[in-house]
Amino acid sequence: MISSSSIRLGVDIGGTFTDVVLESGDAQFSAKVLTTYAAPENAIIDGMHQVCAKAGVSPDQIGQIIHGTTLATNALIERRGAKTALITTQGFRDVIEMRTESRFEQYDLNLTLPEPLLPRQMRFTVNERVNSKGEVMIDLDPDDIRAVALQIKEAGFESVAVGLIHSYLNPRHEQMVREVLAEVLPDVAISLSCEVSPQMREYERFNTVVANAYIKPLMASYLGRLEERLQSEGVDCRVFLMHSGGGIISIQSAAEFPVRLVESGPAGGAVFAAHIAARYGLDKVLSFDMGGTTAKICLIKNQTPKTSRVFEVARTYRFKKGSGMPISIPVIDMVEIGAGGGSLAHVDAMRQIRVGPESAGSEPGPACYGRDGLRPAVTDADLVLGKLDPDNFAGGSIPLYPDASQTALLAHVGEILGMDAVEAAFGVAEMVDENMANAARVHAVENGEDLSQYTMIAFGGAAPLHAGRLCEKLGIARCLVPPGAGVGSAIGFLRAPFSFEANRSVYMKLSDFDPGVIRTLLADLQAEATGFVRTCDRDAPILSEFKVYMRYTGQGWEIPIDLTERQAMDPDAATFEARFEEDYAKLFGRVVAGMDIEITVWSVNATTPPEAVERVGVAVAGEVAAQVSTRALFDPAKAAFQEATIINRDAMESGQRAVGPAAVTEAETTIIIPASRDAIRQPDGCIDMNVKG
Amino acid sequence: MAQDHSTVAYQVMWNRLISVVEEQAQALVRTAFSTSVREAGDLSAGVYDTDGRMLAQAVTGTPGHVNAMADAVPHFIRRIGRENIFDGDIYITNDPWEGTGHLHDFTMVTPSFHKGALVGFFACTAHVVDVGGRGFGADAHSVYEEGIYLPIMKFADRGTVDATLIRIVRGNVREPDQLIGDIYALATCNEIGHRRLIDMMEEFGLDNLDGIATFILDNSRRATLERINALPRTSAEGQMTVDGFDVPITLKVRVSIEEDRIVTDFTGTSGVDKKGINCPMVYTKAYACYALKVAIAPEIPNNAASLAPFEVTAPDNTIVNAIHPAPVALRHIVGHFVPDVVFNAFDKIVPGLVPAEGAGCLCNFQMSVRPVANAPADARRAEVLTFNSGGSGARPTFDGLNATAFPSGVMTMPIEATEHAGPVIIWRKELRPGSGGAGKTRGGLGQYMDVSAMEGHEFDLQAMFDRGDHPALGRRGGHAGGRTTIALDDGTAMRVKGKQFVPAGRRVEMAFPGGAGYGNPMERDPAAVRRDLARGYITADDAAQDYGLSPEDIAAVEAAVRRGEDV
Repeated sequence: MISSSSIRLGVDIGGTFTDVVLESGDAQFSAKVLTTYAAPENAIIDGMHQVCAKAGVSPDQIGQIIHGTTLATNALIERRGAKTALITTQGFRDVIEMRTESRFEQYDLNLTLPEPLLPRQMRFTVNERVNSKGEVMIDLDPDDIRAVALQIKEAGFESVAVGLIHSYLNPRHEQMVREVLAEVLPDVAISLSCEVSPQMREYERFNTVVANAYIKPLMASYLGRLEERLQSEGVDCRVFLMHSGGGIISIQSAAEFPVRLVESGPAGGAVFAAHIAARYGLDKVLSFDMGGTTAKICLIKNQTPKTSRVFEVARTYRFKKGSGMPISIPVIDMVEIGAGGGSLAHVDAMRQIRVGPESAGSEPGPACYGRDGLRPAVTDADLVLGKLDPDNFAGGSIPLYPDASQTALLAHVGEILGMDAVEAAFGVAEMVDENMANAARVHAVENGEDLSQYTMIAFGGAAPLHAGRLCEKLGIARCLVPPGAGVGSAIGFLRAPFSFEANRSVYMKLSDFDPGVIRTLLADLQAEATGFVRTCDRDAPILSEFKVYMRYTGQGWEIPIDLTERQAMDPDAATFEARFEEDYAKLFGRVVAGMDIEITVWSVNATTPPEAVERVGVAVAGEVAAQVSTRALFDPAKAAFQEATIINRDAMESGQRAVGPAAVTEAETTIIIPASRDAIRQPDGCIDMNVKG
Repeated sequence: MAQDHSTVAYQVMWNRLISVVEEQAQALVRTAFSTSVREAGDLSAGVYDTDGRMLAQAVTGTPGHVNAMADAVPHFIRRIGRENIFDGDIYITNDPWEGTGHLHDFTMVTPSFHKGALVGFFACTAHVVDVGGRGFGADAHSVYEEGIYLPIMKFADRGTVDATLIRIVRGNVREPDQLIGDIYALATCNEIGHRRLIDMMEEFGLDNLDGIATFILDNSRRATLERINALPRTSAEGQMTVDGFDVPITLKVRVSIEEDRIVTDFTGTSGVDKKGINCPMVYTKAYACYALKVAIAPEIPNNAASLAPFEVTAPDNTIVNAIHPAPVALRHIVGHFVPDVVFNAFDKIVPGLVPAEGAGCLCNFQMSVRPVANAPADARRAEVLTFNSGGSGARPTFDGLNATAFPSGVMTMPIEATEHAGPVIIWRKELRPGSGGAGKTRGGLGQYMDVSAMEGHEFDLQAMFDRGDHPALGRRGGHAGGRTTIALDDGTAMRVKGKQFVPAGRRVEMAFPGGAGYGNPMERDPAAVRRDLARGYITADDAAQDYGLSPEDIAAVEAAVRRGEDV
């Protein structure tokens, strides 16, 4: 167990809501409060008191708080960071501005590229150079650094990023810059690229260190305030942070490397799904999280979410790849597309229905909210197709207006294409489901996976409405909709281990394989990663997971290869080759004979062992649950309305069944069971939807 | 027999086919060996009906394959013969005239069978590492010197790969493993497309693609013709002169808007060059078509029907319609200038839509590095190719893009990766202040690059630049962009094109061109001028002379920069 006290608090600050979950033994209490942007800690305190009251405990009884937040992401998107300077190698002042020198959208003459986080006048250079072997070619003169430091001082910068060419091979010059800056500017936050992201590829590394520096003062101040506020409210336990890789780090590590907090909320969702996968003993899971504006899809193999080394935040152009800024840190690998309940539909020049990424948001919201939204959103289509009960949406707190949905669908889709409101709604729903299915398929192909062997785990407000159809499209036989799906990320925080992944780029061809160098390198990475975990827990056993990225020499795309501790610490070239070829063949169908193979990146993830998971006993199929009523529900596979059974989720007992077409309703959402499927309530409250027969 | 499906079902299928070809292209990016494919996106993938009509094409890094791909499959059907098309076949060619413009592009086509019947084709193209011959450069005098040539033929016959063909290819190229690896990657990518197509046909109960093909092509044709018929029914001429190899090249074009079509004719353009910078018609057609499509119908996907109304013609033996056996290895140089000259004409038909001239062709160079006598033990030979971009032309309402490819869409490589690829040092790669042509909207900045070999090495630099004597020209009073310059660090002059020796210890210093400006610079928003000055995109002299910024404003900007303020 992670903590001695059994009472734990998970807190997820999202864009709209702050979710708080308190867990005490088997009991779970949750609260949703509006995020308080000016002082985000206020919503946490509010939510904490709510769940404490529900659970009948006082804040001083909480044994541990795990926190994840979009604040870091939002600060990058909204450009609300500190006054930051970059110091880089002479000749490379514009790396973060020149990007990849390409246009991410070919067919837009008026394309504009995202501005770099720091404009050119905030980027300074020093004369120095390290080569691709890590050797110093031009020495760095401390007086040169001092001259730059004085300029930075005069300008009053609050934070400085240092990114020098090939510093991932030789950090000495970056460290020298820090030493001089610390003398001249003792109060300025400093971030070094060789520490934040010691990986090859200057654009990604420099951008990552700049992002870290840019949000560091803000996040450090927020985390400090949060600790104080919690203490003043009587909390007497440590606070930890969820990081983007799906583990937990100390508040001090988080303040030093705040860029690792980016996307921590969605990471919690993936951990949540992974935990359910473990409870059900599922080795191949597709997690599907659909909210108001986006849908996120993640592959979870062997109960572990897939991770990646680089991702993009703050996409500026229709979620298009390349339109954001790359951040190279360990991260749970997800596809995010602009498909949510609020995504708006229109008809394009080809008379094709298009959905998203533009969203109605919460104001004005979909047309059916009756708040002057005139354009049809996915929720409008869902309402017209009978998936939602207009009188019972969000537990009856938001009345829905089907007439407004019909009007919007007719005006923006139906009248253009000669369709009635139902067919237009069908088209909109099919298109958004198809977009999500395509994203899932592409993600699976990129990972050499066949989705037909997968189980879906669906959560987030809009996912249960679309999961059934998505399974039909993807040929997925089984889908689980867990309880607490609305606060899935915060629950996921409580399931995450303490972990830290350390990476380094060092090129080695198998023809120049050097076991001594490898052992030293991996031992260093292991010590670094373990050190971070030790700051969270002094005693827990720590596991090390070893991974290398390999490719055929000449290729540009590495694939991750997991190694056992023995394979890693007693390395031999033949084993590395065999492991690479095994995984390569699985991904791409065949190996390429006669080519040299190289290793480009080395990684060690130190983690506390996963919490022991109690397997769920699967319910024996019993009688069909009592229906509350029936209503007409459109079945897309049959392209027709059918009479559907309406069942109240809370009233369903373990083993009770629902036979599609059916809708299982709850306060937060509705689970749609298509005609092709039926469902059973499992003992842990999951609704388990399967192909009939 | 077309099957009956609802409009919603056809919409879903069209969406799906576009996703299928994107997957097909992604598979190629991940398995290819050639840097131009994997780093730069120089590839293409598409799906076709049984008549060879292209139904969907992946949007990748190069518009140069747009029409070439659409035309290629009918060539394959004709050459192979319908009676010889079997399940398990894979076809191959690198024919510059029936493929995509030079021997370095390999195109592979796979027939797709479902329930025993031919239902369509998949095709893909990639720029490979090496095809033998003289290597990648402009130095050949005919296509015969440029490398091995494979006419359209079977790579695999009913599942059996032609081993003789593989041996011949291996024996004729410098990097046989990589080329064979790329050929297999192309075959795999078609296979992935095929499998996904069959999945879709089973899901929707299709026996053939007739219904969905008609739906896609009808809607695309109608949308494209609506755009064309909304244009003024007139014609206009455009012209542009660029450096060429030894003699300047003039590109001349007449764009005519007619009912249901746009005709782009290159009569009056210079004849073929002695060196390998000539462009086969397919490649010219691709870039002419891209220029018009991006201007008037950017969101209409590429397929047989949306491309057909864009007709492109040129007299034989002009540099934009080079006939076999003209050397064509660097056909991209002329090809990349085609949009600028088409825009020069189109701007007279619809003013205020298209940009001013830009850097045009990519600023690529290859370094052939070798050890000198008494070199250190780890010295080695290497071929290092880099892709780089100058500035794009100013748009009517936006500045040009700094150091960003247009019309090509390829990416540069990280310099840290380039330095791992061979014993070279990139000393400088940064924006080139002052190179963006002044205007109401400013041209994009070019860039500086300084390179050398590592100690103990010398090298030949294969330069593939232009705009040394002929900078990008402005529109509506905008100024020209900066010219290309290239010299050794000891001041020795170098040429913008061709193979040139660089002794050990010397650096090559290059400045790549900027895009041209649009409109009178004196009308530029003073806030934008102050911002440009603060960022160092322009000098204080430029700000005063070109844009009329007052000495007080200049002093205020400089003070703000010292205070660390964004301007």
